[in-house]
Amino acid sequence: MLNKNIYLILIISLVFAISFWIGFNVNLLPAEASINAPIYDELFKILFIIGLIIFIGMTIAVIYSLFKFRKRNDQIGDGIALEGNLSLEIVWTIIPSIIVLLIGLYSYNIYDRMGGMKELNHNHEMMTSNTEKIWAGISQNSDNEIAINNLSIEVSAMQFAFLFNYPKGNFISGELHVPVDQKVSMKMESKDVIHAFWVPEFRIKQDIIPGQPTILNFTPTKVGKYPIICAELCGPYHGGMRASIIVEKESDYNEWFNKNKKPEVNL
Amino acid sequence: MTISIDPQKTNNESLQPKGWLRYFSFSLDHKVIGIQYLVCGFLFYLIGGTLASAIRIELASPMSDFMPRDVYNQVLTLHGTIMIFLWIVPVVNGAFGNYLIPFYVGARDMAFPRLNAVAFWLIPPSGLMLVASYFVEGAAQAGWTAYPPLSITTPQSGQIIWILSVLLLGGSSIFGGINFIATIIKLRRPGLKLMQLPMYCWAMLGTSLLVVLSTPVLAGTLILLSFDIIAHTGFFNPVLGGNVVVYQHLFWFYSHPAVYIMVLPAFGLVSEILPIHARKPLFGYTTMVFSIMGIVVLGLVVWAHHMFTSGTPPWMRLFFTIATAFIAVPTGIKFFNWVATLWGGKISINSAMLFSCGFIINFVFGGITGVALAQVPFDIHVHDTYFVVAHFHYIVYGGTVFIIFSSIYHWFPKATGKMLNEKLGILHFIITFIGFNLCFAPQHWLGLNGMPRRVAEYDPQFQFVNQISSLGALLMAISTIPFLINVFLSLRNGKDAGDNPWNALTPEWLTSSPPPVENWEGEAPLVPEPYGYGKEFSEQK
Amino acid sequence: MTTLDSSKEIQKNNSEVNETHEDFRMFGLITFLIADGMTFAGFFAAYLTYKAVNPLPDGAIYELELPIPTLNTILLLVSSATFHKAGKALLKDKNSDSQKWLFFTAFLGIIFLICQLFEYFHLPFGLTDNLFASTFYALTGFHGLHVTLGTLMILIIGWQSRINGGRLNSQNMFPLEAVELYWHFVDGIWVILFIILYLL
Repeated sequence: MLNKNIYLILIISLVFAISFWIGFNVNLLPAEASINAPIYDELFKILFIIGLIIFIGMTIAVIYSLFKFRKRNDQIGDGIALEGNLSLEIVWTIIPSIIVLLIGLYSYNIYDRMGGMKELNHNHEMMTSNTEKIWAGISQNSDNEIAINNLSIEVSAMQFAFLFNYPKGNFISGELHVPVDQKVSMKMESKDVIHAFWVPEFRIKQDIIPGQPTILNFTPTKVGKYPIICAELCGPYHGGMRASIIVEKESDYNEWFNKNKKPEVNL
Repeated sequence: MTISIDPQKTNNESLQPKGWLRYFSFSLDHKVIGIQYLVCGFLFYLIGGTLASAIRIELASPMSDFMPRDVYNQVLTLHGTIMIFLWIVPVVNGAFGNYLIPFYVGARDMAFPRLNAVAFWLIPPSGLMLVASYFVEGAAQAGWTAYPPLSITTPQSGQIIWILSVLLLGGSSIFGGINFIATIIKLRRPGLKLMQLPMYCWAMLGTSLLVVLSTPVLAGTLILLSFDIIAHTGFFNPVLGGNVVVYQHLFWFYSHPAVYIMVLPAFGLVSEILPIHARKPLFGYTTMVFSIMGIVVLGLVVWAHHMFTSGTPPWMRLFFTIATAFIAVPTGIKFFNWVATLWGGKISINSAMLFSCGFIINFVFGGITGVALAQVPFDIHVHDTYFVVAHFHYIVYGGTVFIIFSSIYHWFPKATGKMLNEKLGILHFIITFIGFNLCFAPQHWLGLNGMPRRVAEYDPQFQFVNQISSLGALLMAISTIPFLINVFLSLRNGKDAGDNPWNALTPEWLTSSPPPVENWEGEAPLVPEPYGYGKEFSEQK
Repeated sequence: MTTLDSSKEIQKNNSEVNETHEDFRMFGLITFLIADGMTFAGFFAAYLTYKAVNPLPDGAIYELELPIPTLNTILLLVSSATFHKAGKALLKDKNSDSQKWLFFTAFLGIIFLICQLFEYFHLPFGLTDNLFASTFYALTGFHGLHVTLGTLMILIIGWQSRINGGRLNSQNMFPLEAVELYWHFVDGIWVILFIILYLL
């Protein structure tokens, strides 16, 4: 009996060890290129480890049972008439409940840190036309960062392209250029069907909905060129609906901005 | 336990259509209807599988080169609709429900046999109509979710036929649900208590409640959508002042419970199969019942987790995160109970058992990614990507379809009187299990790294992993060959099964194989302990 | 086609083998009405959501007047009572009374439909004018469809409750009870609809 318990503890600790090792050493995610990304990856790591423990544990239990309790040729009759065990049932009701609750609270915390719980219609003085209602999106806490040089960009999506309007420079670009380490605030609206704005390296996504402007704030942290992907089926060329976001040093960005800038009097 | 069989034969075999022709008749026999559902569903599964193969061929290369882009969207829409509404829902509810529920409650037929036949005969025409819509002006191409405004702006005829077909299938589903509820609650044999019913009855009761409560909402929504398309109203058309997110709420109010409509019956079936082949009572019957009802209640209030990126206010996101994550608790209980059922048994390693265990492993995996997807911040990154595709195929294929195969291996002897070949069955399981995991496990990585779903072309860096996935799909397609050979060979010259080849205690095994028209020669047996393995009376031989 | 009918006969013949079941057609009908009610619930939810989040655009006309719908509410409530009377009369084997009450109920239903059509033709907005107009027509239209079906069924059972040769009598109450339940359901939906659409 004691021997059995030792084996059990050994196997459980082995499952934990393997899960933690994989969780910390196997990276399934793309590069981290915004301040959201490390927060997201923290949550991912925890979910990944918990998931691995449960999955490996259950798989071992099933395969072990199939092997250990398989019917040998000489055996007749049934297994033990065990119909249930109340304390076991209580254990495997309460422990998962606690785990699930903790995961929920933790992901709430992560979501809050990503700016998801922020009131949407308060923080938008920078939007030029601020009369309409913002429906949804992620806005970031601006308290813990230098809220200068706020970039506001208007994104319009259509079949099958993104257009980025820089109101301050009075021009429209097909590529999204942003300076590194500065908060970018985007107001997005679709001209036809539902699209979505997704940058995998930033770990953010927001649907772009016709008739309902949404907002999305993010702060890139790494210079580079990343894909912007439409993630909502929008028609035959949905797979080809991509654009690029180019994160560059502030000086490079300013150079690009000034090159494209148009005088105010346009029409 | 005493089984009293009336020696006096109720001689009614001459009164029904003979031979295979009765499967094409408006038969009222629940067993005939069950097999009609199964065969009809399997034919549509072959069509849906062919479409899936076409998708995987297209995705074997990063460019859109195998078929035109709009055809690709039609193919993925048809694949989703056929697999859900014409294969999984009818088979896991209609086929096994109709075949087994009357046995389990000790009845001679369903509560409303005529309604039952109507419910089945709605399926072939609407399914054929859906498939035929491809040849009219192109099938619907807005995905099986048919989100407006895309579904309003794409070619109309295909979308309208799609709506009509889904409405008919929804009607069939509701009729079936009403029938199951009435049969389980009202048609029980006298003396049979609710808490003595086999678990599949409880699963079907829960499923039918979900069908009755949520399917009508989908019907209403699709009627409004068809108004938008035909009459140019503006319910979901933003150009006319409509609100596209309202459609999503109404749609997911049905379509999230639809996942439980597809999965709960599978939970019930596996609860029947495991105890018989493990020779042990089902572990924790009472908690299993409560967990089913818990899933039903929670399943109705979690729909907005499909909409975390589509314009829901923060408080709503939070509520639906917690509610969704909590479904993992009753679901987890069921899985622990199944493993506990295996523990200490005398397990026969056969095709039915292997498919059931494959189901447990696959579904645990799909459930874990499901809990992760319920977390808003996690979902925001992977929503509408291949991660989600992988997750729900782990649930509906790795879960439910594995159980459909397991159930076919398990009940084939009862329905036909012939055993299926075990070697071919195990071969079928091995190819399916490897093919399935090879196809869908890599898709998690694809989603995390930036491949959205429903695309015909993608970033070339994903080509290798996509080809692995396509290889897995090829294996899955191949895996149907040993299965079909097995079924045809066994039907022709399979080993005789006898009445109770598995030595089982549930009521359907206490009659001849195949069962007579009214299920029992004489009085229906009272089975107060359908899982009484290991107790004295089941020690046969 | 004949399987069930013949098997029923066999059940009758072997009554010592086959237990007789209580009549659960009503149970099935109630389940169906719950399902039907969920369709309306979906429509109501959509309407209330629109009301909460989608403002009426400038210049759009969406005004409803109360007199006709109030009259309609009274009509339907009275018709529920008259239907109840019909049931009671039939139970006492007063078939001709029952038939009178049924036809009166159907008459009230027809008046309801006429009033509804009158309202449709005199409203200042059409089906596609704006979101609320569309929702209004969809909701009242779907309900009107139910009333039309109900009225037809009442006429049919009214015809069947005639004294000689009718299928409806105190021994066979089910058709009347079923239609009555359905009619009360349609009334109940109308009351909710009246409150949500006209009063809120």
